Amino acid sequence: MTATARETVLRRVRDALTLSSHPPEVEIPRAYRTGRTLPDEERLALFVDRLLDYKGRVHRCTADGTAAVLAEVLHGHRARRVGVPAGLDPAWLAAFDGEVVTDSPDIPAPRLDALDGVVTASAVSCAETGTVFLDGAAADQGRRALTLVPDLHVCVVDLSSVEAGVPEALARLRPTSPLTLISGPSATSDIELERVEGVHGPRTLEVVIRTDV
Amino acid sequence: MSSPTGPSTRNTFLGMPAVPPRSPYGTGHLRGERAFPEAAQDELGNEQLRRNLGRATHSIRAKRLALTGELPDWEQLRDAGSAIKTDTMNRLPELLEQLEQKVTEHGGTVHWARDGVEANEIVARLVKNTGSDEVIKVKSMATQETGLNEHLASEGITAHETDLAELIVQLADDRPSHILVPAIHRNRDEIREIFLKEIPGIDPGLDTVPAHLAAAARAYLREKFMTTRVAVSGANFGIAETGTLSVVESEGNGRMCLTLPETLITVMGIEKVLPRFQDLEVFLQLLPRSSTGERMNPYTSMWTGVTPGDGPQDFHLVLLDNGRTAALADRIGREALHCIRCSACLNVCPVYERTGGHAYGSTYPGPIGAVLTPQLAGMHGAGDDPNSSLPYASSLCGACFDACPVKIDIPSLLVELRHQHTEESGSTAEGLAMKAAAAVMKRPKLFTAAQKAAGLGRVLAGRDGTLSRLPAPFDGWSDSRDTPAPPKQSFRSWLASPEGAATMRAAAAEGAPHTDDAPEAP
Ligand code: SF4
Repeated sequence: MTATARETVLRRVRDALTLSSHPPEVEIPRAYRTGRTLPDEERLALFVDRLLDYKGRVHRCTADGTAAVLAEVLHGHRARRVGVPAGLDPAWLAAFDGEVVTDSPDIPAPRLDALDGVVTASAVSCAETGTVFLDGAAADQGRRALTLVPDLHVCVVDLSSVEAGVPEALARLRPTSPLTLISGPSATSDIELERVEGVHGPRTLEVVIRTDV
Repeated sequence: MSSPTGPSTRNTFLGMPAVPPRSPYGTGHLRGERAFPEAAQDELGNEQLRRNLGRATHSIRAKRLALTGELPDWEQLRDAGSAIKTDTMNRLPELLEQLEQKVTEHGGTVHWARDGVEANEIVARLVKNTGSDEVIKVKSMATQETGLNEHLASEGITAHETDLAELIVQLADDRPSHILVPAIHRNRDEIREIFLKEIPGIDPGLDTVPAHLAAAARAYLREKFMTTRVAVSGANFGIAETGTLSVVESEGNGRMCLTLPETLITVMGIEKVLPRFQDLEVFLQLLPRSSTGERMNPYTSMWTGVTPGDGPQDFHLVLLDNGRTAALADRIGREALHCIRCSACLNVCPVYERTGGHAYGSTYPGPIGAVLTPQLAGMHGAGDDPNSSLPYASSLCGACFDACPVKIDIPSLLVELRHQHTEESGSTAEGLAMKAAAAVMKRPKLFTAAQKAAGLGRVLAGRDGTLSRLPAPFDGWSDSRDTPAPPKQSFRSWLASPEGAATMRAAAAEGAPHTDDAPEAP
């Protein structure tokens, strides 16, 4: 009987372990920092510092002020047609006077290209690395193409969802959702190591942090 | 004695472990055409290459040091990373089966490939099944290793690389020279020339400003992203516990390929599996800081099988062996499989800095390439297999070990590989080491500079810390006794020390011809 590739590879792996005499089980030393908590102001300061360092742009507001700030940010980019995930709180764009396009899986990617920008919520963030995590399965964050194709991404982050470090942030995610981790806008250093912002992903990342949520 | 290889392998009888085969000879990109010293000679003549590389490696290195220094628990993260990898290798069969089960549960299809040829055939078949004759590709070491693009071309399928550097390399019909920044050997003028010549309909007035060059690539690739129905990617991590795959990148081309097409085919080496989702908390801290010297790379994508309404609705994972099980059977190779391809060891290596990646002849250049390549594809014959020269393509200064986020002791592994090779070939390790070192380190000043840490003592000493043989002219003396290896000291500085001087005197007294010439100029 001819073995399948699966059987062969698995047998080879087992043989290899037998031949190299099955090393003993190892304990994983997890002495690195986990479970960190930082007071609000410190987390906020760290997160803002790291976002700016990677060329993100930052705004602060209260929950009540969300609509005004979003309208102002979109206005600043002269954005007229803005995409949103189906589950985004409609109140957020109440002050925006342009066209709001609600995303759906039926809209082909080239049509997303015609949007001036996109507004989404976020799942969780990491202050130490300046990273925003999007959960594609959540109704207010939308499918992955929506935050990828348009050139401007405006992302609303609640301070209560900002964790100090990577372990704390990852622990709050649903692993099997489509996840996107974003640290600043798209960038390349492939030409003589000179950093250029904006290659294929959004050229501009605007993060609106709601400090009382 | 031949070991069973390739797709025709039959299960004869169970229970008798056979040494798993290496990657088949003559396929893919795990073997150059010339031995390292010879290839290095040519590259050394390329001043442009050396300038670019010097600037690049020093700059990434400085950023990496600053950012790893920022984390007070960097060493604890390295310890955890190293242990997770050991644990992974120990439990590889069950982890692979678990990964397969989880990916399948979430609507993906898992394929197994004994070698690169088989992986290429699987991918080509899957692409053909979609009816498409082109694919977009995310930068992937595994498919570079198997020579997938060439195979697809022979089947009438066009593969478009979408990473900017890979695109430059592909358009120029060139080969990558660095794991992380494959086009680092090209400068902006050359890149402009390549674009003007190869990108249809490009603005002839394009200048050499990197932002403008990047914009030209963006415009060219955007159309491909929007219209191509099939994508091929690699994977940085595959999580057994959940079936989650992950790609770490900067430009967003990865996100485009992983999200927009209807079909996604991911080719992943079997060693890239991680046991738990939690393990990402370690590697997502180690990888970006070691690799690009960033706290986090701009984009990381994670997906588990198929998500209705979001991303490709047809997902295939190809699990690739291609010599990895042969490496796993060997103590050296097993440790080399821990590599997460961050390229930190390349950026600190004085030999790599001078020769660039092409001299290694393999998809995996630099210090880790010198260990991994012979492990995956073997070292055949005495002198004429280029892979046999790779363990000597190092000054063993120890910088790569210090830089490696998962603590792979590359210098010791190189020393052991040299022992393995010389036992087979009958040549002396010293002779081959000297030849390789001399090719790269022509000027004694440079050579001395390269020998910062452990130095030549390690070239010659085994892991037990003794020198069983000294190089000529001391070999007559050392044939009959062991000399303690000089740890953490260069051979030159050891020779200059009182202990070294005494050894030289003893050697001279026993009749070895005395010479003032240092051993690096044979
Ligand atoms: S061997 Fe270590 S330093 Fe070199 S590329 Fe692999 S993980 Fe990075």
